[in-house]
Amino acid sequence: MTLWLGVLLASVAVYSWKIFGYLVPERVLHSSMMSRIATLLTVALLSGLVGIQALVSNQHIGLDARIPALVVAVILLRFKQPFIVVVCVGAAVAAMIRLF
Amino acid sequence: MNGKGTVLSTSIGVGFAVGLYGISFGALSVAAGLDFWQTQVLSLLMFSGGSQFAFIGVIAAGGVASAVPAILSAWLIGVRNGFYAIRLNSLIGVTGLTKLLSAQLTIDESTAVATSQNEPKNQKLGFWLTGAAVFLFWNSFTALGALLGTAVGDPSRFGLDAAAAVAFLALVWPQLRTMQANVVAGLAFLVAVVLSPVLAAGLPVIAAGLVGVVFGWRNWLGVTEVNK
Repeated sequence: MTLWLGVLLASVAVYSWKIFGYLVPERVLHSSMMSRIATLLTVALLSGLVGIQALVSNQHIGLDARIPALVVAVILLRFKQPFIVVVCVGAAVAAMIRLF
Repeated sequence: MNGKGTVLSTSIGVGFAVGLYGISFGALSVAAGLDFWQTQVLSLLMFSGGSQFAFIGVIAAGGVASAVPAILSAWLIGVRNGFYAIRLNSLIGVTGLTKLLSAQLTIDESTAVATSQNEPKNQKLGFWLTGAAVFLFWNSFTALGALLGTAVGDPSRFGLDAAAAVAFLALVWPQLRTMQANVVAGLAFLVAVVLSPVLAAGLPVIAAGLVGVVFGWRNWLGVTEVNK
């Protein structure tokens, strides 16, 4: 599969949920179990991605400058800093550590 | 109270604030190996931050070879939009072909602004204005980020790899309000990392997602619902 095909298929896949919601009767997905699964699935996928982006490179687990960046991010998030600030400071922390 | 004016300023404010982090998406997408136009098309067509970050996150780890798990991750993260759409369908009253457009603008922010209004007229206005504002800002800033990312070159020199981890953390952070969500997050984190050396790139994320499905299905550590 080419990357272009992947981009287009993934876009269609994401759109399918959106349009699906407008076409089905409300009761279909209106169960507490379904909405719980939807919420926790999102939490789990994003958390898995945090782990992979922070600790894995080329299928090897290792610790590097990304960890201090993540620790600083946790502190900033606790103080309710906006997304863009947290991301920029996180990047800066890792870049500085690699510089010295 | 001028409800209309408030809706307008809220919509533009939300659109700008959210749009800003399109810069980080654009830069990270280019660092993950997508080109400028692939990055831009994701923001135009997929238009759902969590799914877009997931897609490029999996591609960053495994390249084109992990396109299938990348598609799957983006799709699964997008499931919540389906729930928003069900809610909005009865709230903003769209019919016919307009549904195709409202579906595209159905995201966290447009839903949040629409549902936080009291009057039906403002709910509708809030949805369309916020959806349009986020769409414009998100796409413009994606382009800017992609150009910056291309100019930067080696992503790790500027900490862009760390920014990716931080971006996912910031996306999940607001949802970690219950014990259940925190345990799921911790377990999913571990599952993804531990399985990374043994499974093909992309699959560990899917395995992490299963943790959420199982906890949601069995409602482990969840609150017992008294009424349906």
